[in-house]
Amino acid sequence: MQKDHEYSEQMSTMNNKERPVFISVSPFTFAFPFTALASIAHRITGVLLFLGIGYLLWLLSVALESEAGFVEAQTVLAAPFAKIVLWGVLSTLIFHILAGVKHLLLDFHVGDTFEAATASAYVVVGLSVILIIATGVWIW
Amino acid sequence: MVTNVTSLTRSGLSDFVIQRVSAAVLTLYTLCVVGFFLANPDMNHATLKTYFASTPMLLFNTVMVLSTAAHAWIGMWTVGTDYIRDHYFGKHHTSFRLVWQGGCMIILFVYVVWALQMFWSL
Repeated sequence: MQKDHEYSEQMSTMNNKERPVFISVSPFTFAFPFTALASIAHRITGVLLFLGIGYLLWLLSVALESEAGFVEAQTVLAAPFAKIVLWGVLSTLIFHILAGVKHLLLDFHVGDTFEAATASAYVVVGLSVILIIATGVWIW
Repeated sequence: MVTNVTSLTRSGLSDFVIQRVSAAVLTLYTLCVVGFFLANPDMNHATLKTYFASTPMLLFNTVMVLSTAAHAWIGMWTVGTDYIRDHYFGKHHTSFRLVWQGGCMIILFVYVVWALQMFWSL
């Protein structure tokens, strides 16, 4: 009797310890489908834009302030580092908008099968690369 | 009913719709401004100011600033509630998330005041 009791108590402690836990899906152990990678990139670019928008706003405010301010903004953007940051922010914006349009279409059930969503994820990345290169050419 | 105090409207459905409507507004705004820059390769201060100070753009600038605030608020809330949780951040995760949310609030407040003041004083 005593033994059974101990056994059941041990079982209940063990059950408590083995209750289902949220399992973290590590990017190092799990091969994400391409759609998932595009979705995560959409989030990351969103967070980056949260700060990037401040840079664009600052550039615009300087350029709009006065003639001298416009020249100052041009001088700032003549520096290679400022150009790289601008290119980075605009690239982030390009990907975020294109991936966002894709997500909006998915909300309307346009292309929401796995095959179509995978194909459109590649289209989003492909178009982004083209536009990002074009933006780079435009900046330099 | 328990509602999440830090979401924008305390309703997931409203947040969902606002997130998407503001996304459409911001996409349209970006296309307009990009089009303007592409149409004016030899940009100067007068052209820039005339464009942004025009009445349609004053309205669009204002809608854009408010859309940015709503869109960024919902987006950062989503990211915060998805990742700043006990599994990753331990028992003080709520504190961390409030700091995150508060930081986002302060930055967005600065953006809104700064941008509206800039556009409305043109």
